[in-house]
Amino acid sequence: MNTLDIRNLSVRVAGNEILKNFSLTIPKGEVHAIMGPNGTGKSTLAKALAGHEDYEITGGDVLLDGTSILELEPDERSRSGLFMAFQYPSEIPGVSIANFIRAALQARLAEGEELEATKYYKRLYEKMDLLSIDRKFTARSVNEGFSGGEKKRCEILQLAMLEPKYAILDETDSGLDIDALKVVAHGVNTLRSQNMGVLLITHYQRLLNYIVPDRVHVMYDGRIVKSGPKELALELEANGYEWVRDHATATA
Amino acid sequence: MSTTAPTPSFDLNRDIGDFSYPESHKFDAGAGLSERTIDYICDVKGEDDWIRAFRKKALQVFLSKPLPTHWASRDLETINFDKIRYYLSSGQQPKRTWNEVPDDIKQTFERLGIPENERKFLAGVEAQFDSEAAYSNIKEAVGKQGVIFVGSTEGLMKHPEIFRKFFGKVIPTGDNKFSALNSAVFSGGSFIYVPPGVKVKHPLQAYFRINAENFGQFERTLIIADEGSEVTYMEGCTAPKFGTATLHSAVVELVALKGAKIEYITVQNWSANVFNLVTKRAMAEEEAVVKWIDCNIGSRLTMKYPGVVLKGRKARGEVLSIALANDGQHQDTGAKMIHAADETTSNIISKSISIGQGRSSYRGMVHIPKHLSGCKNNTECDALLINTNSRTDTYPAITVRGNRNSVQHEASVSKVSADQIFYMQQRGLSEAEAMSLSVNGFVNDLTRQFPMEYSVELKRLIDLEMEGSVG
Repeated sequence: MNTLDIRNLSVRVAGNEILKNFSLTIPKGEVHAIMGPNGTGKSTLAKALAGHEDYEITGGDVLLDGTSILELEPDERSRSGLFMAFQYPSEIPGVSIANFIRAALQARLAEGEELEATKYYKRLYEKMDLLSIDRKFTARSVNEGFSGGEKKRCEILQLAMLEPKYAILDETDSGLDIDALKVVAHGVNTLRSQNMGVLLITHYQRLLNYIVPDRVHVMYDGRIVKSGPKELALELEANGYEWVRDHATATA
Repeated sequence: MSTTAPTPSFDLNRDIGDFSYPESHKFDAGAGLSERTIDYICDVKGEDDWIRAFRKKALQVFLSKPLPTHWASRDLETINFDKIRYYLSSGQQPKRTWNEVPDDIKQTFERLGIPENERKFLAGVEAQFDSEAAYSNIKEAVGKQGVIFVGSTEGLMKHPEIFRKFFGKVIPTGDNKFSALNSAVFSGGSFIYVPPGVKVKHPLQAYFRINAENFGQFERTLIIADEGSEVTYMEGCTAPKFGTATLHSAVVELVALKGAKIEYITVQNWSANVFNLVTKRAMAEEEAVVKWIDCNIGSRLTMKYPGVVLKGRKARGEVLSIALANDGQHQDTGAKMIHAADETTSNIISKSISIGQGRSSYRGMVHIPKHLSGCKNNTECDALLINTNSRTDTYPAITVRGNRNSVQHEASVSKVSADQIFYMQQRGLSEAEAMSLSVNGFVNDLTRQFPMEYSVELKRLIDLEMEGSVG
């Protein structure tokens, strides 16, 4: 029950099947990394799980603690405990980070219930201290003019405040920006707990120098072709993605 | 000509203003406009001959002017002036306490929260129901300072020496077709006089409520801030949703004498069948400051371009406006700044939001003649589009002559993208909440300058609007 269970999921984008019979189970308390070459469907997996309307589910199911979420709207999935850190999060001009997170928490309360401002700020500042984020940061508009590292800081702070059951971190490209990479690593390492399952999506093995995953999955052409312990990432680094391609062709 | 307005797919005022009570008017000028209508209004109000003559002359001007459809929306042609009722009231004397106000009218204003606001933060309130104020009261302490806050009829009868000096001077009858119409049939509105040096700490508020169908509301407001005085005036407007078009055509004149400050705040929330055609202008003498804060939500067509004539050295004018056009609505708004003295400065910040088929237009006019020096204007127009069908236009006309003056103009158009909405939804906000937050973010730098009660009210109206525009 305490799992995010992706069962034989097939996803189509603009008529093309991108995910093919994809299966993966992430238990709470574990960090799983998905690696794979570009264009193999990693970001599609993240967007489809979050419920983006451009991603059409053509088969399979996704169970969050035993309950299917595929019929839920993106905001309902979020409120039921699924968080996604975006690779390229949108700007929201004029809305401060503090107000945005507050609105997100308010949306989780029953109608007529009001988030208590003093308690909220106390908790916000605790989390910011925990993540070594400067107090001035949350007065800025969400992602407006942010550097790569600041965007990640903003995503990780939201993750910390919303305390989801499962977090998907789409970090496909963040291996390129060392500041961004360190922010994500520090965040995940700090927030790792028995109450949360993490799915870390990356293209670069380098991220895994900072975050040690419980399991590593190699993805190719819309499905997982190899799974293993953390050492698999090193093997992949040594052999490159060509090795995956050959491996996938051999087993297909 | 048809009088049936296309019914929008939803009613934005359903929670706040969309209710009405059965009509029980003692005074009804009937439908249509003629000299007899004017005689009826003058007789009922007991007005002097000069004002009767003024009104009749204005009627001729109104009839002689064509609709401004060569530049404005042709939707104006759907107004049937023969079907409109020009004067409806239950009596001409406003009550001084809420207890004396007839029950149905009192309930209307209670539902709109007016008596509560009066207790909380206002220095005086006038509540107009159709053609006349049902309630008018000013806090005793403010009255003792010599501040006059009454309806326009009472103003012209009891204070003719001040009233006549400024009435129709900032906006002459013939300024445009609708200022002429207002001059012919005006009723209600506020007359305010603030004596020299008096600073009215709390805002004075007027509330304009249309309750009757096929009706035209033509309030006339004249505010005079004498030398070195300060006053803030706020107006709110609502009407229930009827199947036929309703007309609201006000004229508002402000006079800020030397060193005076006037802040005029409007939050209008008309239902989607109201034609809102309003002329607002101020005259600022030396070192006077006039600030218009204008929030236009709702209505079928709003045409409104608050202006300031900067007549004295170092006078300053500001227009801060927000317009929100939802499906079936057209907000045609803007600002006018006429620089007529050295070292005058003006600032225009206009934010418009267009949703679905909603349409927003900005029309601006900034005029700085050649012989002046040290004048400055800053104009910023930002438009936000939600959904691909929205339309926005900007028509800025800036005439600056000579080389001793400076102007700055910036315009931007942005969109609430599907990605932005998805991002917010992923954090748990519903689609409506996400849109609402985007819109509030867009207007945030302006609303921060508003008095707190008004920014809260505005946020509530935006939330309701967004709720209605989703799914």
